[in-house]
Amino acid sequence: MLAKLMSWFLLGLVRVLTGAQARWYGCPPKAEQRIYFANHQSHADLVMIWAALPAELRSITRPIAARDYWTRTPFKEWITTAVFNAVYVDREKKEGEDPLQPLVDALAAGDSIILFPEGTRGNQEEPQAFKAGLYNLALRFPGVVLVPAWINNIQRLLPKGEVIPVPVLCSVTFGAPIRLEDGEDRRAFLDRARQAVLSLREV
Amino acid sequence: MNTFIRALTPGQQVGLLFVVLFGVLALASLMAFAYSLREHAEGDPRTRELADVRGVLQTSWFIAIVFWLGWAAGETVATVLFAIVAFFALREFITLSPARRGDHRSLLLAFFVVLPVQFWLVATEHFDLFSVFIPVYVFAALPVVTALADDPQRFLERNAKLQWGIMVCVYGMSHVPALLLLEFPRYEGKQAFLVFFLALVVQTCMVVQYLVGRRWPRKPVAPNVSQSFSWASWFAGMAAGSLLGTLLTGITPFKPGQALAMAALACATGSLGHLVMKALKRDRGVTNWGGQMKSVTGANGLLDRVDALCFAAPVFFHSVRWYFGL
Repeated sequence: MLAKLMSWFLLGLVRVLTGAQARWYGCPPKAEQRIYFANHQSHADLVMIWAALPAELRSITRPIAARDYWTRTPFKEWITTAVFNAVYVDREKKEGEDPLQPLVDALAAGDSIILFPEGTRGNQEEPQAFKAGLYNLALRFPGVVLVPAWINNIQRLLPKGEVIPVPVLCSVTFGAPIRLEDGEDRRAFLDRARQAVLSLREV
Repeated sequence: MNTFIRALTPGQQVGLLFVVLFGVLALASLMAFAYSLREHAEGDPRTRELADVRGVLQTSWFIAIVFWLGWAAGETVATVLFAIVAFFALREFITLSPARRGDHRSLLLAFFVVLPVQFWLVATEHFDLFSVFIPVYVFAALPVVTALADDPQRFLERNAKLQWGIMVCVYGMSHVPALLLLEFPRYEGKQAFLVFFLALVVQTCMVVQYLVGRRWPRKPVAPNVSQSFSWASWFAGMAAGSLLGTLLTGITPFKPGQALAMAALACATGSLGHLVMKALKRDRGVTNWGGQMKSVTGANGLLDRVDALCFAAPVFFHSVRWYFGL
């Protein structure tokens, strides 16, 4: 109940501040199992892409959240668990553990996920090189559709180190799905995926 | 007819006005709808024209509904409503102005302090402070906040853009509800007519200017800024707006000559202000505010719809106050 109210409140807030517009180019919003991968410039990215999805998709799509940041306070943990239904990943590698395991579990359970393949927030205009996680997941789940997304303007909403967001129109552009070709090299695929995200900036 | 209208209370008169207005709009929309049912060949220029007319109609509906809500719910709600419109307009303006990280604090100040305070000043009728709060105090304070962010790159440009945005979206817009609070002798309870007068005259001028420019295209005066703005269509718009203003004398506290002058003044500032905003948009490489995104939020292109009013309102307000010594 409280989580439902919170999600309404957050949706309203995001819409007032950013408009939370979703632009579907290249693929329609559809209830199939997907991995959305996007550029990462702010912690608000997660909320933004969550708000931009239609309600039907929101309930079957789980964002990935960095465990160290999003479990730092009980409130953050509650929001990511109860409202966003997020999957936590560790940004620091631990001995003998596959950091991708939580994502694999989520995908195996049939959920869609939202991934930021840069791994960390960039503060440049262009996204950094993508990390291997996307490739490994694509290899392991060939049936899952890979949808690139470009989140526009969000770095102006809440720059690193600021607390109060400033109202500015933001949008999420979803592009045509890409797929891993047979025998495609890891680096080549990741660069192609990054290019797919980047090309949506001009749409 | 005339005696019937005179027998009504001011409230009933304003209500009647809205009935007529919504009736005209409904009729126009119905005609556009009926016209759209007719078959058109692919690429018929009239199909595009129809889409444009629909856009104009939509704007008019939007404005009419905002005004009706404002009038029906009382002055405080009206002020809040205009504050919300100003908020979304400023959001659009800021989105298209290049800002750097160092602007964050001054933007926060603009949205969450300046805007509410300005509209609060309107609602509480602090007219002296309200007309100088932004041009004097805010313009002194904002650059300080930006300077403290320690980023000198394009400092003047960034500050100028923010101040302009505040001036147009907040200062300009706040003068519309301020009209509701002007106290003319023997005109109590009818200030809503004045707001209506301003909006209708400016909107008529814009629509006529647009339609004339469409029907009889002339050489544009400033083709790099606007392909559609020509002196001929501008004069047509001015004439239509002023004429309507004169016809509406009965609902204003003005005499016919004064109504004509006031309407002409509002039309001139409104339509030329719209041209100025077009130049601003061209500078940013867009044709519409927020036009790069198709939106379902309804907030898009809001500034396109209200910018003429934002320019006309302060000039109208202050000239009325000055002329009548209110």
